[in-house]
Amino acid sequence: METGKSDAAISLRNVSKYFGDFRALNDVSLDVRTGERVVVCGPSGSGKSTLIRCVNRLEKHESGTIRVDGVELDNGRRSLDAIRAKVGMVFQQFNLFPHLTVLENLTLGPLRARKKSPDEARELAMRYLTRVRIPEQADKYPRQLSGGQQQRVAIARSLCMEPQIMLFDEPTSALDPEMISEVLEVMTELARSGMTMVCVTHEMGFAKGVADTMVFMDHGEIVETAPPETFFAAPETERCRDFLQKILHH
Amino acid sequence: MGNFMKRTMLLAGLAVLLGGCEGDWGWYVVDPRTASGWTNLKFLFGGLWYTILLSLTAISISVVVGLLVALPGLSENRFLRGINRVYVEIVRAVPILVLILWVYYGLPQVMDISIGVFWAGVIALALSDSAFQAEIFRAGIQSIDRGQYEASQSISLGYADTMRYVILPQAIRRILPALGNQLVYMLKMSSLVSVIGMQELTRRANELVVVEYRPLEVYTVLVLEYLVLILIVSALVRRLERRMQADDRR
Repeated sequence: METGKSDAAISLRNVSKYFGDFRALNDVSLDVRTGERVVVCGPSGSGKSTLIRCVNRLEKHESGTIRVDGVELDNGRRSLDAIRAKVGMVFQQFNLFPHLTVLENLTLGPLRARKKSPDEARELAMRYLTRVRIPEQADKYPRQLSGGQQQRVAIARSLCMEPQIMLFDEPTSALDPEMISEVLEVMTELARSGMTMVCVTHEMGFAKGVADTMVFMDHGEIVETAPPETFFAAPETERCRDFLQKILHH
Repeated sequence: MGNFMKRTMLLAGLAVLLGGCEGDWGWYVVDPRTASGWTNLKFLFGGLWYTILLSLTAISISVVVGLLVALPGLSENRFLRGINRVYVEIVRAVPILVLILWVYYGLPQVMDISIGVFWAGVIALALSDSAFQAEIFRAGIQSIDRGQYEASQSISLGYADTMRYVILPQAIRRILPALGNQLVYMLKMSSLVSVIGMQELTRRANELVVVEYRPLEVYTVLVLEYLVLILIVSALVRRLERRMQADDRR
């Protein structure tokens, strides 16, 4: 069996996933190097969310292999725990815990899953809250924050687990337009710091600015993989050209 | 003591009101101004403590058992779900009175132990109520958004931590009105334990009726005792709900 290269943070080989009869992922292979920033785009229903949700097993793939940092994702509890410890995830709907304060949202993982002391957890939380530029909101509840602030809290919550890889599942799609940039700024800053990132997003400005690799998906398949310069200037396939035309000139 | 005074005043007021009606009334049996009436009233009120203790003990147990029964009902595993269904269907099908009789007269024979009336009552009431609690918890937990589980998984929380810190605190807020309902229901159903001789409100009323031959007056006092008790409990539950809603709005 082919194994991922030693510097591959994520390696997917011939991964397929079905929802009933619907084929969400069809024989997908993709390598993400450590430190690489990958932006995945494509029309809705193309399987891009499913792709990254398979990487930390929020969805279970039916065939093929997924390796994260050399660990193969199987049905075992151990590989799952190992992979979830390395991978952070940011959701479209933020999924903050509404009954906990911002600070409690951030410290829950470090306290319970990492067994850190309350002081350590708090310090960690404040450090990342400062990094997403909202330390003053620590004692508020999620509902008291704007959408953009909530998503930044969600990013900080993931970072508190000190992941090696961050997955973003359409992080700005649920935001009002004026709040998109504050989230993208945080993501850009994160990309500059060298974090391995896989982002599903339609923010092509962000993609052009930070992506090392663009991935275009359609009908559960990876149709095109290219560096952004080539991807945007000269897309190879008709489907990709169509898609870019629609989202860049609407 | 404030409640006691209120109850006495309510009684006195009603006595005057009903005393003026046509019919064969004999309020002297519960007239606090006479020595025998006062003794009778004290005897009746003495059951209040047992009614409360019985109901609170039973509901504390049934909430825990109900939760433990609800959890397998939410599993993806068919066998575990089966356990939940069988428990709920069987326990729910047995009338409470029948269960009380069976636990008090039957269980000691089956298990070769002796059970006092109090614990027989607690076991029967708790068992019966636990099936309803299980359904309430299941509905409450199911109402929590899937994203809350996914976010918990993505920060490496295990099942127990996810339930304890993320899902249950939110679910319990939502089912609080239903839990309050069950408490009121429990206070009323505890009157059935009178049949095995538990000295709670109803049993004492029955015993007094046998001595005094004044069912109308004694049972009227009994009705008022339950009424006042349950109005107080309802008010407390509503206050708790309001406090939690206020928490949510912070």
